[in-house]
Amino acid sequence: MPEQHLATILANKREGAYHRLVLSAPSIAKDVKVGQFATISVGGQNSGMILRRAFSIHNITTDSAQGQMMELIVSPHGPGTKWIAEQSPGKTLDVVSPLGKGFPLPKSPVNCLLIGGGYGSAPLVFLAKELKKRNCSVDFILGASTSEKLFDTMNAKRESRFYEVYTQDGSHGRRGMVTDSLADMIQKANTNVIYTCGPMPMLQAITEIATFHGVITQCAVEESMACGIGVCMTCVLPVRDESGVTRMVRSCLEGPVFRGDYVRFDEVGSIPEDCIGAPRQSQ
Amino acid sequence: MTIDLSTTLGTLELSSPVLTASGCAASGKELDSFFDITEIGGIVTKSIMQEPRSGRATPRMVETPSGMLNSIGLQGPGVDEFIEHDLAWLQSRGVQTIVSIAGNTAEEFVRLARRLHTHPAVAALEINISCPNVSNRGLVFACQPQSASEVVGQVRRAVGNGTMLFAKLTPDVTDIVEIARSVRVSGADGVSLINTLLGMSISSATLKPTLGGITGGLSGPAIRPVAVRCVYQIHQAFPDYPIIGMGGIRSGEDAMEFIAAGASAVSIGTATFGDPLAPIRIQHELGQELERHNFDSLREAIGVAHG
Repeated sequence: MPEQHLATILANKREGAYHRLVLSAPSIAKDVKVGQFATISVGGQNSGMILRRAFSIHNITTDSAQGQMMELIVSPHGPGTKWIAEQSPGKTLDVVSPLGKGFPLPKSPVNCLLIGGGYGSAPLVFLAKELKKRNCSVDFILGASTSEKLFDTMNAKRESRFYEVYTQDGSHGRRGMVTDSLADMIQKANTNVIYTCGPMPMLQAITEIATFHGVITQCAVEESMACGIGVCMTCVLPVRDESGVTRMVRSCLEGPVFRGDYVRFDEVGSIPEDCIGAPRQSQ
Repeated sequence: MTIDLSTTLGTLELSSPVLTASGCAASGKELDSFFDITEIGGIVTKSIMQEPRSGRATPRMVETPSGMLNSIGLQGPGVDEFIEHDLAWLQSRGVQTIVSIAGNTAEEFVRLARRLHTHPAVAALEINISCPNVSNRGLVFACQPQSASEVVGQVRRAVGNGTMLFAKLTPDVTDIVEIARSVRVSGADGVSLINTLLGMSISSATLKPTLGGITGGLSGPAIRPVAVRCVYQIHQAFPDYPIIGMGGIRSGEDAMEFIAAGASAVSIGTATFGDPLAPIRIQHELGQELERHNFDSLREAIGVAHG
């Protein structure tokens, strides 16, 4: 169950274009599943920024002095995320977590390929460790526009059997996109399942290639959300269920992880005509 | 000293004036994992329509200074599923429930009201004639006294006198008192003030409308002065007419403004998105505010801003 709590900032370190935020999290840490997220209120009690910002949970760690801790990766790109990045250790943040469903984990040992775009790689090393506990093999492809926007490359490499990294400007690894060698990687690594997190066009491109090769994708999506707890209905996207029926589902509650082949990527940002409750043609 | 927070809306008795606002608490289940929802005055459910409804395309929300715009467009499961799942759950929780209904025509409101008003879990119906997220502004019944009165009047005739009816009004009119007068005469037992204001945002990146629905409803602290004004005007015109006040309440002090302006109850809306504990926290803070002003009960404070 999610809860709302005040968390002390234990560390706030810049890493490339991002900030790694380490928060005290004694009461919720044991309940966190990889792929879940946390939301933070910004700007103080009377702030004009009234909505929380959402972050996927990067890691849960324990240390004898601080107890259990939760790590989040913040990309300071707007006034709210910049405010968080400016908060110094010792201050407290109003946090709601853990939220969402997280990545479904395989019951048998399979070959897993983890693909992260930008700070979408934030939960993936945590995931790699969970997969390895289940005797799965782990391979990685990471990508970003430029080297500064890659995250966690060293740890990803350490957990990998096969590892590739791309930047669009060629400043780190190969020049190109994570999908450039995806088909080769699937064959070389004999991939059974892909776990991925990043921008929507990347998730779509990965899903198309993976589906063609008969590989299941589990995609963590990023939709703008007001509440993060399932009451506002803003973070919806069109998703099929197992019987093929499409509904507008909440990415905060039913997601943020969806099977890629169930998400109607082409119609994100619209209402598919065959969606339950879609406006009738005459309207 | 314990302050008596109990209040009445017509014949409806509430242990506390603090309710959730329609569309900001779904049907209460999600919030119940943050606090015991039976401890507040009650839940006003998200407006339900006859049929399942997908809502509008995304993006559906954008944060604005001290507020947000939404263009959700009444996404919901339809009344059958609502009764089977949401209402059944609310009944099992034993929470006071005001069910908000929405329709494209007066007949749709009537069908919904007929279906719901005898359900044992329904303490009252809120007639949402003011949702701004419809493709045709002509369908915002609360923009005209005549169309507002037509919907409310037909619903009243359909349900008889045993069911409490509240009409939810929009501030996007020249004279909200006129609209309140029309729904009062047509049989609404009270009014819910206010719905969101019609607004719009243009993306600085693309210079196109930010919301999928192009326009949306503005909510949050930014609209509070408008809401307080509406409550004040209607209480002044009809001093005994029950008002549920809402619009940007995020503290006990804010709630107190609405009570002083003449509301007998308040709904917590957008504040819940940023703070899931907002309804229960505000209820507690409102008690402190009443104590600070030396009131023994909430009832004594209703309308004190007048005269």
